[in-house]
Amino acid sequence: MSALHPTPHPKERRIIFENISKPGYAADIDTYIANGGYESLKKAVTMKPSEIIDAVKAANLRGRGGAGFPCGTKWSFIKYDDGKPHYIVVNGDESEPGTFKDRYILHQDPHQLIEGLAISAFATNTRLAYIYIRCEFPHAAKIVWKAIQEAKARGFIGKNLLGSGFDLDIYVHQGAGAYICGEETALLESLEGKRAYPRIKPPYFPAVLGLYMKPTIVNNVETLCHVKHILRIGAAEYARMGTPGDGGTRTMCVSGDVMRPGIYEFPCGAVTIRELIFDVCGGLKPGRTLKAVIPGGSSAKIMRAGEVYKIKGKGPDGTMVDKDLPMLDVVMDASTLQSVGTMMGSAGVMVLDDSRDMVWALNNLNQFYAHESCGQCTPCREGSLWMSKMTTRMLDGGGRDKDPKTLQDIANNIAGRTICAFGEACSWPTQSFLAKFPEEFEKAARS
Amino acid sequence: MRREEKQRNHGMTEMKTRQVEQMTPEFEADVEELISHYPVSKRSASLPLLHHWQNHFGFVDDTGIEWIAAKLDLTPINILELLTFYPWFRREAAGKTIIRVCRTLACAMAGSYDVKEKFCEAVGLDPHVEHHGFGSAPPTTPDGKFSVEFVECLACCGSAPVALIGDDLVENIKPSDVPAIVKNLK
Ligand SMILES: Cc1cc2nc3c(=O)[nH]c(=O)nc-3n(C[C@H](O)[C@H](O)[C@H](O)COP(=O)(O)O)c2cc1C
Ligand code: SF4
Ligand code: FES
Repeated sequence: MSALHPTPHPKERRIIFENISKPGYAADIDTYIANGGYESLKKAVTMKPSEIIDAVKAANLRGRGGAGFPCGTKWSFIKYDDGKPHYIVVNGDESEPGTFKDRYILHQDPHQLIEGLAISAFATNTRLAYIYIRCEFPHAAKIVWKAIQEAKARGFIGKNLLGSGFDLDIYVHQGAGAYICGEETALLESLEGKRAYPRIKPPYFPAVLGLYMKPTIVNNVETLCHVKHILRIGAAEYARMGTPGDGGTRTMCVSGDVMRPGIYEFPCGAVTIRELIFDVCGGLKPGRTLKAVIPGGSSAKIMRAGEVYKIKGKGPDGTMVDKDLPMLDVVMDASTLQSVGTMMGSAGVMVLDDSRDMVWALNNLNQFYAHESCGQCTPCREGSLWMSKMTTRMLDGGGRDKDPKTLQDIANNIAGRTICAFGEACSWPTQSFLAKFPEEFEKAARS
Repeated sequence: MRREEKQRNHGMTEMKTRQVEQMTPEFEADVEELISHYPVSKRSASLPLLHHWQNHFGFVDDTGIEWIAAKLDLTPINILELLTFYPWFRREAAGKTIIRVCRTLACAMAGSYDVKEKFCEAVGLDPHVEHHGFGSAPPTTPDGKFSVEFVECLACCGSAPVALIGDDLVENIKPSDVPAIVKNLK
């Protein structure tokens, strides 16, 4: 399991992945401590909880699970002294197609997560935490559980951790093969022992009503790992690595038609799509040209090679003007990707070359969403299945003239009309594939 | 069980086993340990107990559903509805080794449909039989050694195509590698 290349690209800066795939590095606590582990937690317990949260805010850390919510802000929704129990649930469900970063952290550097989690627990007065790991990572569940016991034996967690008077228990909870458990309220239902039906919003944040209807933080695995590094290198220094709205580094997972797929880590906003595909990932297969990029996990809207976006930017005299931004020059960061109509999401970058049939590719994703809808909302349950049946029929030569229009209508009637963001996640591929590659869908409709 | 019979049952088996009678004291001790991980609500131990039961007995029969429900002060439907919701759980025996090939985009682009077909051929299963979930087992060889199924993204798309074989992930699988992989499992 080594998707990380031995020599980092000059643009890379490995913080989260510093020890991943490093020769001689193991998941045990001695190795971790020998590499400077648990120093940030020692620092944290000498700080005021509010100072820790302020540092995370100042670091501009955004969640790495997909929605990109500012982490410090999320934590500050928890009132330290409200007399209620608080919980933290780590989202290690990692099931957005194209995303495979947490896998490496959980298997190879579990103490990094435990340290970040312990710091966040100390900052939010949380005494019980769960790490929810998808059951398709059976080894990871064992490795993380062992790491928890090691950390407890050394006094980094458990009763009166590091002599601070603070107690923290952490347990591992395994999923059972359902993608929807990645949605945070479904995750909580699942952890409560129920079907993973996402909860009706509001409240929008589990910080209001979460696990067992108590204030709860749900954070992605990678997000919590960053917390350790914020305390280690200082919030200002950490923030400076990234862009004004997005501090630190960000891991990226590249898959599909490139020479060197794998995991990479860059300062936020450091690479363009061109640099990522052609420099870092070694370009396309011999003789192939770029056709499309899905930049942020399978639900992110697809980008077509060669398109030029109109964005607002500062002109030479400082006023805002329309600018042309060619697709390859788009910077891989949250705000730029949003301004061109897609998203950074989970940073799962899928690359498609000119050999790919877009109806086929969309059908693959439609089948995924049809299979994974939890079934609570009619538009999502029925619509995802209809879209999948239609693209399958088009592929099998049974296309009808009205299919592209009907597909579009179905997708438009799911997004915005459902309990959870899966509704958007399953409509965006159909909407964007149709918008960007209309000729392929029209052709399949005529067949 | 023959296929026609199974279809009449909407994919469900007739429950003739009584797994609960095979329970050991060690098994029960592990159950207590698992329940202790959820000091706030015992119900949270539902998924862990189902995993534990399935790992031990191979699947969860009606006696398992009833036993887990009673243990957690729930009604059997609270457990049955989990078995029919979560694709991982099943109410009938699967092969000793389950081969789960990733079906999703990165793996499909790298040839996972071919790879899955090769796995079916190598173990002697019809590659075209579909698996519909709801607690039924994936297609399984008559000798009970292997099951093969498609699953969605296994979060290892950078080394596509991949398969989870038992507990182990196998990456960058070429269709031509498949016979040797299966031979090593036998
Ligand atoms: C359908 C759906 C699937 C999701 N899957 C995941 C996932 O696998 N892992 C994850 O960390 N977040 C996932 N999320 C995002 C979570 O709901 C949540 O925003 C995130 O875990 C919060 O952590 P963060 O703020 O640290 O990013 C998913 C969201 C939706 C709507
Ligand atoms: S949008 Fe889909 S996945 Fe989300 S709650 Fe509704 S049916 Fe379930
Ligand atoms: S698509 Fe197969 S592992 Fe992600």
